[in-house]
Amino acid sequence: MSTLAVPASALRGRVTQLRVVHSEWTKLRSVRSTRWSLLVATVLTIGFPILASTVISSHWGSRSPHERATFNGLDPALIGSQIAQLAIGILGVLVITAEYSTGMIRATFTAVPKRLPVLWAKASVFAVVTFALMLPSVLVAFFASQSILSRHHANIAWSHPGVARAVIGAALYLTVIAVMTLGIGTIVRNTAGGIATFAAIFFVLPPLMDVLPASWNNAISPYLPGNAGRAILSITHDANSLSPWAGLALFCGYALAALGVAAVLLVRRDT
Amino acid sequence: MIEANGLTKDYGDKRAVDGLSFEVRPGIVTGFLGPNGSGKSTTMRLILGLDRPTSGAVTVNGRPYRFHAAPLHEVGALLEARSVHTGRSARNHLLALAQTHGIGRSRVDELIDLVGLHDVAGKRAGQFSLGMGQRLGIATALLGDPQTVMLDEPVNGLDPEGIHWIRTLLKGLAAEGRTVFVSSHLMSEMALTADHLIVIGRGKLIADTSVADFVAGASKKLVQVRSPQASTLADVLTGLGATVIDVDGVLEVSGLTSEQVGEAAATHQVVLHELTPLQASLEEAFMDLTRGDLEFAAIEAAP
Repeated sequence: MSTLAVPASALRGRVTQLRVVHSEWTKLRSVRSTRWSLLVATVLTIGFPILASTVISSHWGSRSPHERATFNGLDPALIGSQIAQLAIGILGVLVITAEYSTGMIRATFTAVPKRLPVLWAKASVFAVVTFALMLPSVLVAFFASQSILSRHHANIAWSHPGVARAVIGAALYLTVIAVMTLGIGTIVRNTAGGIATFAAIFFVLPPLMDVLPASWNNAISPYLPGNAGRAILSITHDANSLSPWAGLALFCGYALAALGVAAVLLVRRDT
Repeated sequence: MIEANGLTKDYGDKRAVDGLSFEVRPGIVTGFLGPNGSGKSTTMRLILGLDRPTSGAVTVNGRPYRFHAAPLHEVGALLEARSVHTGRSARNHLLALAQTHGIGRSRVDELIDLVGLHDVAGKRAGQFSLGMGQRLGIATALLGDPQTVMLDEPVNGLDPEGIHWIRTLLKGLAAEGRTVFVSSHLMSEMALTADHLIVIGRGKLIADTSVADFVAGASKKLVQVRSPQASTLADVLTGLGATVIDVDGVLEVSGLTSEQVGEAAATHQVVLHELTPLQASLEEAFMDLTRGDLEFAAIEAAP
């Protein structure tokens, strides 16, 4: 009796990094909740700026001359990416913790027992998908919101110094969040714990700094991951924030550190 | 071929696997038998490198599992606990695992047909029944057409038709010269499928024997006797070298055949009301063997 119809020789193939990337791409696109999260992130990134600019535009007449003078057309354009970071961050955690909670991780590590290729593949696939979706989203958000604001000449030009960097930087910021939260999820291995850690770092820690004396706050705050990362989104200079590229570099450093710790633990721990 | 050498695993201060050494050979079905909690699943996780041994080593086809370039072609495994993302369809689950080895879509479809999941392959695995989940696990195990197949409690949750299918499949795989290693806590199941047995209790090796030897060695013969002169008969039989246990007026005699008991009764003019030869079942033999090793043995109520 032939139990397995295909001859063995037809199937020989070894595990390669590229094949694991292919596998992780299949995993990412084949879960409904992932597709929904990414769709929500895209819709928020584009939708909020359009909504915000429409509201601003319709109430432009009621603004004081001072408010009009200090208005920065870039702010509504990037407001969506600030909300999308929540969806991207949660998804980054889930990409790995959902494998632990369902037991899928055992099948994954049985297929790729060296384990690290799985982490690299997840990081690269999720980072590329995030950047590929978020870059067009922020560009659409920018140009759509500026065309709405241009009715009152409240728009800011793409050629204005720092604008292109800030808009593309928003997509980069979200991409680094994707990598960082994957690292956090791998370290924590638990969905609730991973999301809590992500939220603590990005949303709880910064306001906590306000209880510190101002000199401490000003010395520490710029180096917090979220603040460092968001330096690239701003075109106004502030004495208490890092320069755009230094901030992004530090933010990348945090993300790589999280991924590095994750890699060490992934190889050492039992599954 | 699976070779374990002094395999030991501690979780905290609890020893789950304790100095196991054994070989699983190709061409036969080897049963891995032990009560629940005896360390079978842990041993299988150690074989796959999912957990690291505290000491000792285990190799598959000559090297540790994680050093194989194409592990799914070496060993196919069905682990006891479910190992499937509940939000992914069976087809995509298999496809994602196949892609790590460059195994094509046609192989995935073939296995879906082989395990009988064709109609539900597009459904999310979270909606699967226990039996469908087992079939998906078996498809996963066979994906790479592996030389060694290792299944943890494969008949769990299967209906009689599914159980029959598994038995036939396992025997077929062994007949093709593959190494087949199957765990179970049911001796009766192993007696039907396995050729060789590795029995463990509390993480320790208890027996490493062919099923035929195990059955022959384990089935102790008992004779059940009822007599109004039970105590006289018990003395007589004990005098002949038998071991006699009085269970509520019924004597359980071991060490003598029913013929010998009958003749002894006639010689001593003891009236018999019943004389029944009994044979311990395989399940009882297994329980006798592992009784002292049960992790959670029920405490028998005092009479």
